[in-house]
Amino acid sequence: MYHWDFASLWQYRSIIAVGFGYTLIYTIGCVVLGLLLGLLVGLGRLSSNPFVSGPLRAYVELFRCTPVLVQLVWFYYALPVLAGIEMSAGTAALVSLTLYGGAFYSEIIRGGIVSIEIGQTEAGCALGMTRFQLMRRVILPQAFKRMTPPLVSQSIMQLKNTSLLSVLAVPDLLYQGQIIAHETYRPLEIYTIVAVIYFLILLPATIWAKRLETRLTLQQGA
Amino acid sequence: MSHAISNEVMIEIKNLKKAFGDHVVLKDISMQVNKGSVVAMIGPSGSGKSTLLRCINLLTVPEQGSIRVGAQQFEFGNKSALPKDRALAKFRTNTGMVFQHFNLFPHMTALENVMEGMLTVLRKPKAEARAYALELLQKVGLSDRADIYPQRLSGGQKQRVAIARALAMRPSVMLFDEATSALDPELVGEVLNVIRSLAGEGMTMILVTHEIAFAREVADQVIFMRDGVVVEAGPPSVVIDNPQQAATQSFLTRFNA
Repeated sequence: MYHWDFASLWQYRSIIAVGFGYTLIYTIGCVVLGLLLGLLVGLGRLSSNPFVSGPLRAYVELFRCTPVLVQLVWFYYALPVLAGIEMSAGTAALVSLTLYGGAFYSEIIRGGIVSIEIGQTEAGCALGMTRFQLMRRVILPQAFKRMTPPLVSQSIMQLKNTSLLSVLAVPDLLYQGQIIAHETYRPLEIYTIVAVIYFLILLPATIWAKRLETRLTLQQGA
Repeated sequence: MSHAISNEVMIEIKNLKKAFGDHVVLKDISMQVNKGSVVAMIGPSGSGKSTLLRCINLLTVPEQGSIRVGAQQFEFGNKSALPKDRALAKFRTNTGMVFQHFNLFPHMTALENVMEGMLTVLRKPKAEARAYALELLQKVGLSDRADIYPQRLSGGQKQRVAIARALAMRPSVMLFDEATSALDPELVGEVLNVIRSLAGEGMTMILVTHEIAFAREVADQVIFMRDGVVVEAGPPSVVIDNPQQAATQSFLTRFNA
């Protein structure tokens, strides 16, 4: 029977705190940037101009159909060789996670927009709205309600994906855990702690998301 | 028909053509609608009457011909480029449209639905928009439903809100696309009452309708369409009561039976 010993790990709490901070900052960074990118790409893909929608579709498929770990490593190791673009591990991580997340967010946003009945577009047009006004006042407010649950799930994925940063030696929660594990030979304890921390961040996030969804539904009487 | 019809031509359509792929929906349609007149368009499904109506506010863009509403005119054809988004939007403020399935904005209350065009398109101050929206809701008999979301309104109430929403833009023309077809029979009357009172006020209106009795009562002019052409046009006393064309006769027998 394994003898658990969490007490001896207390002295490493500041290392864990640093990892926690990095994980949080990278999550916020790649969620916010990913959403912005996803909104632009999602709207762009609805364009009737194939020179706009075509390349965007190629981007989305490229990033959806390759593993994020491969993208991460590629941006860090391959891009400097091929294009001479040198990036720090942190930047490479942020760029690849944003591009990866943006591809998924854009599909959610595009899907949400096209799911709104054509009658809504016609009603807005008949009032004399421009396409921009129609989007802002009629389509997006309704579409965001439908998008909220999948956007939250994707953001949760984004947080979990930050654990891949450890591969590039970005000191996130998992990487810091590895350091402690190597030093203490207590990997079971430390990885349990790391897992529990991820869980404690995400459980409230999912509960909050559920509440938000319910509130949005009630608000619109639908 | 107690209302006055002016000699001023409000809507002028010339040689309009529209096809969806190989299917020609409108074949060389020309018509004029005088200010203050009420035109009922009747005909079997697929006759092109809804498409013609939707061409008048360019929800459907025709391939050829010209459309004038009030002072604004558009030409369509091989040489002329498609109108830009802004030009289309401006053109559409001139006409109000009421849809078969209401198409109210579900995320806004009845009042907000009516205010929306005034706020976003006409950029009126909120207080002014609100006051006029309340006035219009009162006009359609829904003052007490102002703060209710569409989800909780009956079909007839939804359609009356939709009429108020269109009127809020102070359009020169109102277009009704089978406005009562999706309603339960007992709710049709309340919507027809609103349309009837608009006719009495001299609003220029075009109705695509299956309510033949209503068309006879309220319209100055009835247009019978089939297969993308106007088969017969004239006052209801002729087109409905005494149709000259065999196609019109056979269509109307189904309603009189």
